[in-house]
Amino acid sequence: MAWMSWTLPTALFFIGIAVILVGMTTWQIVSPCVERRGFLPLATTRGDRLFIGLLSSAFIHLGFVAFTDANIAMATVLCAIWMIILMRWG
Amino acid sequence: MQTKVENNKAWFLVMPVFLIVAFSAIIPLMTVVNYSVQDIFDPYTRYFVGTEWFKQVMLDSRLHEALLRQFIYSFTILAIEVPLGICVALMMPTKGRGASVALILVAIPLLIPWNVVGTIWQIFGRADIGLFGAFMSYIGVDYNYASNPADAWLTVVLMDVWHWTPLIALLCYSGLRAIPEVYYQAARIDQASRWAVFRHIQLPKLANVLVIGMLLRFMDSFMIYTEPFVLTGGGPGSSTTFLSQSLVQQAIGQFDLGPAAAFSLVYFLIILLVCWVFYTTIMNMQKDK
Repeated sequence: MAWMSWTLPTALFFIGIAVILVGMTTWQIVSPCVERRGFLPLATTRGDRLFIGLLSSAFIHLGFVAFTDANIAMATVLCAIWMIILMRWG
Repeated sequence: MQTKVENNKAWFLVMPVFLIVAFSAIIPLMTVVNYSVQDIFDPYTRYFVGTEWFKQVMLDSRLHEALLRQFIYSFTILAIEVPLGICVALMMPTKGRGASVALILVAIPLLIPWNVVGTIWQIFGRADIGLFGAFMSYIGVDYNYASNPADAWLTVVLMDVWHWTPLIALLCYSGLRAIPEVYYQAARIDQASRWAVFRHIQLPKLANVLVIGMLLRFMDSFMIYTEPFVLTGGGPGSSTTFLSQSLVQQAIGQFDLGPAAAFSLVYFLIILLVCWVFYTTIMNMQKDK
């Protein structure tokens, strides 16, 4: 594993992603979701909304890093709120 | 009567694919993420730098220019290849030996490896020994793809159009063959013009294959490397240096692994976004039908 040059933040990031994926799979098995339409202009499943949320979060983080000097944790908090809104009403 | 068995055993059959993808894509991608937050001098000397490389990459004007060139290039070749491919497909014979001969002739450019395509056009465009270069000189055009950026662009675009229009043409040809004859009979009864047949029968039936063709061509042209590298080497200056070539220069030429990893992640996110937009469009189009 040393050749992969692991760091603590990246390890936590991937553990987070893995936990989200396992959690979503369990949630899907326990209560299968139905495609629905929220404020997004297309019908989405839970997994679609997660993907849209993760992808947009990546771009929000990039925008934060590029155009502000603010702490990256602020972007993470903003993305967490965005993810909740998207998963609930998207 | 047979009853249908439902369980999750089929997932075990997917395991080999998952393992291969893990080794060929997921683990390398994770490594790139790890590199992107570190300054790496050698495998044992590395320092955590946080988001520094991302900031540098996002504000790098050379990369902005390469990204702009990349979008201009991808949209230019799509704007040429899609209409041209449809025209070629409409003109191809539908029956008899002519159809087979046309299919083989049209498919030939697709069979040629990328680096050979670059070499072919490198020779083809030379004024002293190449047919295209000599022809341009003959008609009095001062054409030199090695020193003039406009000529280099013209050659790179022409090369891609020559190489990949056949793909669009073949996809459209198969789409056209799938239209039942009754549609044309109905059009003849209504005395529809050739344009009306194309606009109201052929084009709507081609929509799906065209979206797939455009997706393939966009992705492929967005990641283009070999042909321009062989033909112009990214020059003159950096006029034909596209994203992947900038990335290779940074990663292998300068051995800046950290910034190159950050750059490839941004590149990956852009491709992922465009793929998702195309995929969603295709799926929604099929749902509407």
